[in-house]
Amino acid sequence: MAPILEVSGLTAEFPSPSGAVRVLDGVDFEVQDGEILGIVGESGSGKTMTALSVTRLLPPAAEIVGGEILFRGSNLLGLSGREMNRIRGEQISMIFQNPRASLNPLYRVEKTLEHVLGTHRNLSGESARRAAFELLADVGLQPERVLGRYPHELSGGMCQRVMIAYALASRPSMLIADEPTTALDVTIQLQIIELLSRLREEHGLTLILITHNLSVVAELCDRVVVMYLGKIVEEGPVLEIFDRPKHPYTVGLLASRPAVHAGGGDVATIPGQVPDARERPTGCPFHTRCPHAKELCSEQPPAKEEIGAGHAVACHFWREIS
Amino acid sequence: MSAAAAAASRARGGIAGRLIAIGRWSRANPVTAAGFAIILSLVAMAMLAPVVAPFGATDLDPTSVLAPPSASHFFGTGTFGEDIFSRVLFGARYDLLIGFGAVAIGLFLGCSLGAVAGFLGDPFDEVIMRVMDMLSAFPGFILAMGIAGALGPSLRNLVIAISLVNVPIYARLMRASFLVVKESQYATAAIGVGAHPLRILVWHLLPNTWTPIFVQATLQFGYAILDAAGLSFIGLGVRLPTPEWGVMMSLGIERIISGQWWVSFFPGLAIAVAVMGFNLIGDGLRDLLDPRRR
Repeated sequence: MAPILEVSGLTAEFPSPSGAVRVLDGVDFEVQDGEILGIVGESGSGKTMTALSVTRLLPPAAEIVGGEILFRGSNLLGLSGREMNRIRGEQISMIFQNPRASLNPLYRVEKTLEHVLGTHRNLSGESARRAAFELLADVGLQPERVLGRYPHELSGGMCQRVMIAYALASRPSMLIADEPTTALDVTIQLQIIELLSRLREEHGLTLILITHNLSVVAELCDRVVVMYLGKIVEEGPVLEIFDRPKHPYTVGLLASRPAVHAGGGDVATIPGQVPDARERPTGCPFHTRCPHAKELCSEQPPAKEEIGAGHAVACHFWREIS
Repeated sequence: MSAAAAAASRARGGIAGRLIAIGRWSRANPVTAAGFAIILSLVAMAMLAPVVAPFGATDLDPTSVLAPPSASHFFGTGTFGEDIFSRVLFGARYDLLIGFGAVAIGLFLGCSLGAVAGFLGDPFDEVIMRVMDMLSAFPGFILAMGIAGALGPSLRNLVIAISLVNVPIYARLMRASFLVVKESQYATAAIGVGAHPLRILVWHLLPNTWTPIFVQATLQFGYAILDAAGLSFIGLGVRLPTPEWGVMMSLGIERIISGQWWVSFFPGLAIAVAVMGFNLIGDGLRDLLDPRRR
């Protein structure tokens, strides 16, 4: 399989009077055609910034200062606004954390969908209605009950399904989902995950799933990228990462999952807090909280090292730790 | 409109169903319904004035000068023997026209400026809003007096003066609305699925800014009539013999002491009723326009 998306050296900053705040620092990863890639990390790790960079929806204050984002071989960062607009929707669509806020409150579901269908597939009138009907059925809703509703009349899970239909209306080949289940009930989360997984099977959709929920990743993803403070610290196939994590941060992250079967006891935590992006630690970004940190860690940033089939880790001492 | 009422009107269809729906809605929103009723009757008055009025607006009857309200002159007659009732009817034409004109011009200018300021941001924002601050530094009526005085008293200048005074109100509201909707997630989501920027502006942003503007415009409609009457009252608006409510009031003002209260009272009542009507509607409109409150 050829990579559909190749991100290399992606670096983004928020310029500020007291010096630029770097939120992405040389992010490299690839997404294969048809796979589900999970991007995990704490708040402030840069996972959402990565997604917004790919769709070029970064807030106006942010600036991409380096790197390349190749989508099917063409650099998205070099495209004009007009060309990028065509990529968005027709090639890459995005869904967000709060599904209700993502839908314009003034329009019925029908109208919202017909609008995208008109823009991207030149459908109108009866054919647009039929396409909207199919889309809703495809995301597991009862079209006749949802079409005439306003977003505020739908539940959160229904809104997220409508949002997925909205994002898929233009038949993109890649969908970026930014914490699609965070605002939903646990039972609804599972349904949305099953829906995304089914859509991948049926439409050959490539999916980038951004989340801080590791069980969602385990459930759905083929590969995982672990981010910390704007850097990728580890990446690899999902089983490999869950069974043989190498980076101390990944190890800490996995250990801090609340385990149902363990029963009682406190949940393990990673000591300390994510440092302020304005005061990035020198060397390895994780050394301030790492239980294995040595002198070298604060002096020199570790390079990402290939340690197995598709498994890479950015840590000076991964051999000793495991 | 409540869901039940809407469903009822759809189910029954036709005029009967719609009337029932309106009736049901009115019972649920009596205040707004009263406002609509007042304004609709004023509009009807204005349109039907030539048919309904027993006399012309400038017909003088020298045989009954300053006659009290009676069967032949419902609201009495004025200093020159003019029929106050007929003039109040014709006055609705002028005052509604002034109100509409002032609101329409103010709304157009204010919304355009506010939208540019809010959507494009600095430096447009800074320049436009500071000019708006300058305009609103004056008390509204004083500024209107100044503008009307400088332009000279006429119907057209009256409308211009009142509309200019209202521009900052709309500009501020529109700018604030734009700042909010510009950052909304549905706008980002729409960009995320590749909607054209112009489409986003027209389809997603503008419609979501209307509600507060519309409510404000309705309220301002009332105040514009009040301002117009005020300016005419002090001689800076329309001139005699135009049957404008403000002028008519000023004409009768010195008659109050001598006991002929009706000369000023009825035009004044008309102004009060019109302003109240618009205020009642303004409050109800907000609920009506917001789909989340239906």
